Amino acid sequence: MASSPDFDIDHVAKLARIALSPAEREAFSGQLRDVLAHIALLQEVDVTGVEPTAHAFPMDNVWAEDRATPGLPVEAALLNAPSQRDGMFVVPKVVE
Amino acid sequence: MSSELFYQPLARLAALLDGGQISSVELMTAVIARTRAVEDRVQAFNSRDEPGALAQAGESDRRRAEGRARGPLDGIPVGIKDVIAVSGQPLTASSRMLEHFVSPYDATVTRRLKEAGAICWGRLNLDEFAMGSSTENSAFRTTSNPWDLTRVPGGSSGGSAAAVAAGEAVVALGSDTGGSIRQPSALCNVVGLKPTYGLVSRYGLIAFASSLDQIGPFARTVEDAAILLGAIAGHDPLDSTSFQAEIPDYRRGLGERMGPWKLGIAREYFSDGLDPEVGAAVQAAIDHYRRLGCEIREISLPHTKYAVGAYYIIATAECSSNLARYDGVRYGHRSAEAADALDLYFRTRAEGFGAEVKRRVILGTYVLSSGYHDAYYLRAQKVRTLIRNDFLKAYREVDAILTPTSPTPAFKKGEKSADPLAMYLNDIYTIGVNLAGLPGVSVPCGFTRSGLPMGLQVIGQPFREADLLAIAHAYERDHEWNGRHPGL
Repeated sequence: MASSPDFDIDHVAKLARIALSPAEREAFSGQLRDVLAHIALLQEVDVTGVEPTAHAFPMDNVWAEDRATPGLPVEAALLNAPSQRDGMFVVPKVVE
Repeated sequence: MSSELFYQPLARLAALLDGGQISSVELMTAVIARTRAVEDRVQAFNSRDEPGALAQAGESDRRRAEGRARGPLDGIPVGIKDVIAVSGQPLTASSRMLEHFVSPYDATVTRRLKEAGAICWGRLNLDEFAMGSSTENSAFRTTSNPWDLTRVPGGSSGGSAAAVAAGEAVVALGSDTGGSIRQPSALCNVVGLKPTYGLVSRYGLIAFASSLDQIGPFARTVEDAAILLGAIAGHDPLDSTSFQAEIPDYRRGLGERMGPWKLGIAREYFSDGLDPEVGAAVQAAIDHYRRLGCEIREISLPHTKYAVGAYYIIATAECSSNLARYDGVRYGHRSAEAADALDLYFRTRAEGFGAEVKRRVILGTYVLSSGYHDAYYLRAQKVRTLIRNDFLKAYREVDAILTPTSPTPAFKKGEKSADPLAMYLNDIYTIGVNLAGLPGVSVPCGFTRSGLPMGLQVIGQPFREADLLAIAHAYERDHEWNGRHPGL
């Protein structure tokens, strides 16, 4: 298992799309290193041949009846929109 | 048991309503007055709807008068953790990100409560996005423990536990991802049940860690928890992880399922860090079961010490994925400063999330990132299998397992808030249940010399809540811990 010195908070925060202040950057680095040091305990477990568990009670092929049901009306879907116009979400320009 | 209306258990209130001794309007009025009297100290609620609640109480009284009452929850004031959708009400997750969000629809549990006539009268505080064990991570307020206002109520469903303990709601709903129902129940002297994964629909619950999250009841008695569970449990086509299980009459099962049971004691749950008074109280509860004729067997859950590590990989991985939706585009907070789309994400999430949410999203992103996925996430999922197998093996020998709910009674506000790892280790006795998908209930089991509540956890077998509740009830009916109330 990777040891905590590999932990590059700037890189990970960028992947997570969170801008960190210098104070947050410093505090989180130390705190997350402590957590990662505890997590390193998992390294001593022999997991040879053990299947991973994603869900406690795996259920495969859960089918729903193929039937149209009403969705949220446009007005309700836009009720919490931070910015809207003509029944659409307004966002900053993506393509010049 | 205290005579005040706002402290009565649900079962007794339902009998009083059915017998015409009280009306729902009277009850609702008493709960509103009580809340106004204590809420400035307790701070359990994020929002309340007093006029709406009184109107619903009036409708409930009309139904009863016309012989159309819908059962024991009809006309009962219920509090809802502010992470479960109630159509038309605010839904904040105690986060700046959702400070002004209003639910456009009902969660399935909310719909079922409304159909049972319950009055969803207020939104209860929590650790932001249910991440925490003290309710100190709320962006809006720190809820106090009603038994000692300088201490935390536990978390993340601290508002739910405090409201039931303080007489501000008769019962409440919370959610439990790593102990968030059971731990605050133990710290506030109420009953809290985390059902088997899949028994209760998650539709309309704000997702934190989808393979672990489960909604469950807070109540004053095991019987009340049984009534509330019966109302919310059952298959829901809107949640593809919802299980096709038959729902028994949990309340009737309390009197019918008499044991004696085989109960397991795992030495790993009585380890270093367990407060001696909590340990003694749980031992006294074990002795009580022995006197009831139960066979007490020592069992082993050898992978217990890896549970916190596995949990904080799996839960943060799932949270980093679930919380990616908060990008400032369709709902929630949007930064006013953004120059372009990418900048919008960075600033919106920096402004909208609090420290603990940021830490967890970053940790979860790291354990899933290229080059680390197998070493962290995949290994944690394998350890999860071993933890689950420990329990399944134990259940070949015993019907249920007795443990402390929390290693300590309520801690002081601020005591652990600067040390996330110390806070995480507080969940050591509750986390395994979530990883294994099992049901667990916390029942009051006494008070420390300084007057703080303590909780006994009973861990049951998958989808056997009826037995679990009956076992908890067998202890509860011989004790009067739930007859005590905080001196507010």
